[in-house]
Amino acid sequence: MAVAAPPAAAPAPVHVPAPPVHVEHAEAAPRWSGWDWLATVDHKKIGVLYLLTGFGFFLLGGFEALLIRTQLIKPLNTFLPPDIFNQMFTMHATTMIFLAIMPINVGLGNFIVPLMVGAADMAYPRLNAFSYWLFLFGGIFINLSFLMGGAPNTGWFSYSPLTQKAFSTTNGVDFWVIGLSVLGIASVAGAINFIVTILKLRAPGMTFNRMPLYTWMTLVVSFLIIFSFPSITVALILLLFDRLAGTHFFNPAGGGDPLLWQHLFWFFGHPEVYILILPSMGIVSEVLPIFSRKPIFGYSFIAYSGVAIGFLSFTVWAHHMFATGLGEFANGAFATGSFLIGVPTGVKIFNWIGTMWGGSIRYRTPMLFAVGFIAMFIIGGISGISLASPPVDFQQTDSYYVVAHIHYVLFGGAILGIFAGMYYWWPKIFGRFLDEGLGRLHFWGTMVGFNMAFFPMHWLGTEGMPRRIYTYFPNMGWDFWNAFSTTGAYILGLSVLVLVANIFISWRREQPPMPDNPWDAATLEWATSSPPPAHNFDAVPVVYSRYPLWEERHPVEGGAPQHGAAMAATSDSPVAHPEEAQEGGHAFHLPAPTIFPLIFAFGLLLVAFGLLFAPPILRVTFVITAVLYFAVAIYGWVKQVSE
Amino acid sequence: MSAAIHTGPAAHAVAADRAPTGLESLDVRKLGMWVFLGNECIFFGALLSMFFVYRPMMYTAELVAAHETPKDILNIPFTGLLAFILLMSSLTMVLALNAIQDSRRRAGAFWLLATAFLGTCFLGGQSFEFVKIAREGFTLSNSTFGQSFLILTGFHGTHVFIGVVWLSSCFARAIRGGFHGNNFIGPEICGLYWHFVDVVWVVIFTIVYLV
Repeated sequence: MAVAAPPAAAPAPVHVPAPPVHVEHAEAAPRWSGWDWLATVDHKKIGVLYLLTGFGFFLLGGFEALLIRTQLIKPLNTFLPPDIFNQMFTMHATTMIFLAIMPINVGLGNFIVPLMVGAADMAYPRLNAFSYWLFLFGGIFINLSFLMGGAPNTGWFSYSPLTQKAFSTTNGVDFWVIGLSVLGIASVAGAINFIVTILKLRAPGMTFNRMPLYTWMTLVVSFLIIFSFPSITVALILLLFDRLAGTHFFNPAGGGDPLLWQHLFWFFGHPEVYILILPSMGIVSEVLPIFSRKPIFGYSFIAYSGVAIGFLSFTVWAHHMFATGLGEFANGAFATGSFLIGVPTGVKIFNWIGTMWGGSIRYRTPMLFAVGFIAMFIIGGISGISLASPPVDFQQTDSYYVVAHIHYVLFGGAILGIFAGMYYWWPKIFGRFLDEGLGRLHFWGTMVGFNMAFFPMHWLGTEGMPRRIYTYFPNMGWDFWNAFSTTGAYILGLSVLVLVANIFISWRREQPPMPDNPWDAATLEWATSSPPPAHNFDAVPVVYSRYPLWEERHPVEGGAPQHGAAMAATSDSPVAHPEEAQEGGHAFHLPAPTIFPLIFAFGLLLVAFGLLFAPPILRVTFVITAVLYFAVAIYGWVKQVSE
Repeated sequence: MSAAIHTGPAAHAVAADRAPTGLESLDVRKLGMWVFLGNECIFFGALLSMFFVYRPMMYTAELVAAHETPKDILNIPFTGLLAFILLMSSLTMVLALNAIQDSRRRAGAFWLLATAFLGTCFLGGQSFEFVKIAREGFTLSNSTFGQSFLILTGFHGTHVFIGVVWLSSCFARAIRGGFHGNNFIGPEICGLYWHFVDVVWVVIFTIVYLV
């Protein structure tokens, strides 16, 4: 257990006395039980909120996918009218990307990363709460469009001039634009938080070269968010002005340039793909060594390949635009970058396989999903390499081949990795196991359903079926594979229901108390109780290797140094005073719960509605009200901080 | 199972090696601001790219003949004065932080107020410029120049406005002795932001007015 009494002759030298934990206003206790959650600034609770909300949106996006597949099950189907179909594929992608995969990754990261680096919380706990509420309100706001005049229907990358008022007459695009801007603020705030947490709050001894790979990937992803999101923010602002203030930035009729939208969007959009996939790469880099019972093969290669992918991801955006006629030179340059990015990705795949090679493999559910991730991601990677070639892309662009590719990367990659992480960290987060039998059923159902649903799309695309058509004629030769694909989608849907059943069943089942480290894993999050206490660690852990918990039990020569050897071994690093081990105890100064992040975020939701619905006559009143509201919210927030 | 990793208050406090990142002396909040400014760089970079993309459309033969190019519309000496004011506000910001670090409370507060005042002057000048351009018939909705110019400089102006509010709140705290030689992180971070906004104006001024 976490709070072991000090053994008289503890041989392990790895302890620094913990600074006293200050919990402000501990008596400001809940008046009603939900208060705990509304005012929480605890990274673990916020992480759980993210996970729950993200999973809810994942179910919603999956439901939308099933509606799409049902419409396409047979030619000339009339299950969904075309307009609703357009709304469905737009909202399916928007939901899965911005409201499911990203927040679930943020939720896992929120819970795990501070534990993994041995910190007591994120660097900015209140900002963390603010990010969550902003994400929640942004997600609700976008989805409210279904009830208020129609959802966005222009596809998830909303090309101009389709998004202009003349062609999208409902409010849907406005909801999409404002909602994504709000989500962007949440993501950027979260990314700043992750970067500072990882750079500043690591446990003593955790050098970059000892940082767990999941932490590495979270760091890279956070930088990608910082440098890619402003681009879409600017694009969204310009589009919003086009729609609400009569500018002509993307309207060719008024001298606008629709291609500018594509550049700004994809400068964000391609890094976004890596924002979605890199956390899963980090997860499997944690899961594979634990269930192969040997250290990761080529740690540095995996870490720096992640960094290389991050850099290269900013040089490939125009491969989404080969067909727009950028010219041979631009196409060649961007094709080169796109091929190049396959190199670090391939390096990682060989590393993962090398990790399993010669290992003592235990096929528990997390491991199954991690191996499934590798297999499926290879398929998605190969179709990606083919699409990086302009001549091939001319043939395949806007066809179902691209749909197959994106789903092999984002479902076969991102989601399978998330499932692996979910089964792996569930015991740490909730203190109980998910059922192993149902887990296996979930895995095999997912693999069968997923491949049935998406593999035939490669053929459909090659045979010329365009994406985003709401129906097709019976003589095109597409009937069988569409029906087959829809059947697969239903199986995939059922397998998600198995996961939901698993969560409920294992929640209600009596389980023995969860040990700290049920998987015999190696990183710091397993060094505290399951679930961890509010302050995470009773003592600041000190790290001497990449696998502190394994080194602890199996000290090897040249591994964990004995007492005193630590300083000699790394004499180049400054000696930390224990009380400074966490920024002068900053991280241990757990802030009091506060409602102001929620109040502030709610204000932005009101502003979003005001932008859309305030009649001109009320606009001045609206602006004044908003300014007053934010003044009060900021004042309350700052006042609480400075107390 | 693995509890040995922290067996309570260690009798022998190991002076452990810390992560040698070169970031030890950097304050947590300051690092956050630096990262945020990285984000802002791309934000203004994207806005400036937008301006570049539309620039050829502001210099068509037709517009040149009608004397309606940015060069004809904009009053460069006037805006040059505004740029000077904003650059001077960077100087007063440096003086403010310097005074606060020396625990000279009144001087620190004075220079903070001076910085906020110069920022307000800049905003006043910018409003005057906007009104003048609107009077000459260039608005958000009727011309490529109007929309690009107003969005680009407008978003910079919004940043200046936020900076002025922030400086004023720093002043309100400084005048009550809230900052001193051991506690100046608030104005320091505010200063980082303020200098960044000034540097952005240097770039915007060069690209929009001078090039």
